[in-house]
Amino acid sequence: MYAYDELDRTIVNERVSEFRDQVARRLSGELTEDEFKTLRLMNGVYLQLHAYMLRIAIPYGTLSSRQMRALAHVARKYDRGYGHFTTRQNIQFHWIKLADLPDAMADLAEVGIHGMQTSGNCTRNVTADQWAGVVPGEIEDPRIWAEIIRQYSTLHPEFSFLPRKFKFAITASDHDRAAIKVHDIGLRIHRNAEGEVGFEVLVGGGLGRTPFLAKTINEFVSHRDILSYVESILRVYNQYGRRDNIYKARIKILVHELGIEKFKQEVEEEWRHVRDGVLALDPSEIEEIRSRFMYPAYETLSDQPEELRKAALNPNFERWRENSVAAHKVPGYAIVTLSLKPVGGTPGDATAQQMDRIADLADKYSFGEIRVGHEQNLALPHVAQRDLPALWRALDEAGVATPNVNLVSDIISCPGLDYCSLANARSIPIAQELTRRFANPDTAALIGRLHINISGCINACGHHHVGHIGILGVEKSGEEFYQITIGGRADEQAELGTLVGPAVPHEQVADVIEDIVEAYLALRQRPDELFVDVVKRLGVAPFKERVYATR
Amino acid sequence: MTSPLQQKIKISGPSIVTANRTRDGAVIYRTSSHDWSVKLDDAAVVRTADDARALLTDAAADDLGAIGPYIAPVDVTDHGIAPGNLREKIRQQGVTIDLLVSA
Repeated sequence: MYAYDELDRTIVNERVSEFRDQVARRLSGELTEDEFKTLRLMNGVYLQLHAYMLRIAIPYGTLSSRQMRALAHVARKYDRGYGHFTTRQNIQFHWIKLADLPDAMADLAEVGIHGMQTSGNCTRNVTADQWAGVVPGEIEDPRIWAEIIRQYSTLHPEFSFLPRKFKFAITASDHDRAAIKVHDIGLRIHRNAEGEVGFEVLVGGGLGRTPFLAKTINEFVSHRDILSYVESILRVYNQYGRRDNIYKARIKILVHELGIEKFKQEVEEEWRHVRDGVLALDPSEIEEIRSRFMYPAYETLSDQPEELRKAALNPNFERWRENSVAAHKVPGYAIVTLSLKPVGGTPGDATAQQMDRIADLADKYSFGEIRVGHEQNLALPHVAQRDLPALWRALDEAGVATPNVNLVSDIISCPGLDYCSLANARSIPIAQELTRRFANPDTAALIGRLHINISGCINACGHHHVGHIGILGVEKSGEEFYQITIGGRADEQAELGTLVGPAVPHEQVADVIEDIVEAYLALRQRPDELFVDVVKRLGVAPFKERVYATR
Repeated sequence: MTSPLQQKIKISGPSIVTANRTRDGAVIYRTSSHDWSVKLDDAAVVRTADDARALLTDAAADDLGAIGPYIAPVDVTDHGIAPGNLREKIRQQGVTIDLLVSA
């Protein structure tokens, strides 16, 4: 966990106080909606179909049990008893009243969390690998850098009104769980040929109406230089990014139109001026941030304890362990993913009761720490392997031990037309039907790793372009239709999916997905040839033929 | 963003004006008595572009009470007024999924 200092607390408390005044002035009529809208959006307050929505940032996906209890409290006291974890390490409350927002924010501020910069044309919540700091083989904890960028970008006066929103993601592992190639800036921590640790900087990734994978702008930027390099990118974007057309305002369009070489020239020219200025990071400053991340006092334990060997005799436990438990960098410990994807449920939703229970279990089994992943699941990052059987039983009772992590029913989905004012079609009912179709755990295990992503509109909050199977809701003559893409992926081998064919109506989507999965099972050469690898090998043609031959 | 009042208004059938209530975001409908109601059946129904513009102008004047008024299609039946598209149906009837916790 990172220990926030007095400055952080002051900023958050002052913001709550300002917002309380702004809400009072709006409710008295002193502020018009036009005047107020900008102010509320700066605090993550949107207006959705039925109510206001409050989006709360969970920087780099790390939550304390105390913070989780505060989220449960807000869900219970000010909302309808649940919250929705998003694809960007945020949580949203969908039913909150304007008059209650300042009190809800004040309650969250007590534990250091807030909605600042979860909306608006500024740097958004900086996201990172949800297994940061605990996964084996990681070069260093990427959250240190996420925190440095968070501090640098919070209320940054020059970048508070960018042409459009701006998203960072950071990873320090070979396997990218942070989807860095679909972010405005992606940072991959790695070692250069000399063995120094630094950053590969990628720029111009993003989904939405015009999807692009990020391109490498610099293979290696040192610790010292990373902030000045990032600032140079932001400056070039702030100067040249389009403000005349919202659909062409993201940095991905600028990078695409200029070309990465020209864009890089502009950035490096800017960098020449700022590289040795105030943003050059001194090792002591980096160490100061690093020292504020507190790591647990792990016991000296061995892998594969007796408790685990005994529990392995239970096939239900083994099924859960196989896809929910991952290796930890410390012997005798494990990382445990909590599925927020029960059969027939809403992907990413958790009740206040579940949040409280997870907080209790984090205290008991994970040194009080919880992680939030962009796949809309949670994780307990420091679980002693001997505790896994007891933890599994407790998670199962709490409804967050569905053994489907990374399988076909572990669906990523935006809220869609059930909640969102931008959506054209519903996402959640599609996800729910698919989880019912693939509810049999034996079938899911047979299919293997398969990510389905659903978005209710082209804004792509469900990241459908990078789903192994992507489903995009569109509206045609007042009816819900869905375009289906296959072959996308969000990891280190990121790809954008390819459209299979014409959009299909709502009631046919689950059948079509079943056809695609059946085609995959027939086409794969070995049980471990993943769906995406078959699409890569054969293209969309055999899947298209299967889907449309009888439709 | 262009205000709805600055846009050309075209309607193809019976329509109403709807918005969200400022204090809690609830879905509301403009009535013929220059007020708002949470019931669609209370909404003033217009059938011409001129009437729609007049109703929208009246609604937009209440910036304190409502956010983002706009014209939406409806079907008028023997049983009352029904939403004219899925979006409005969801706004009127709520989400189409079971909530984890009852409201």
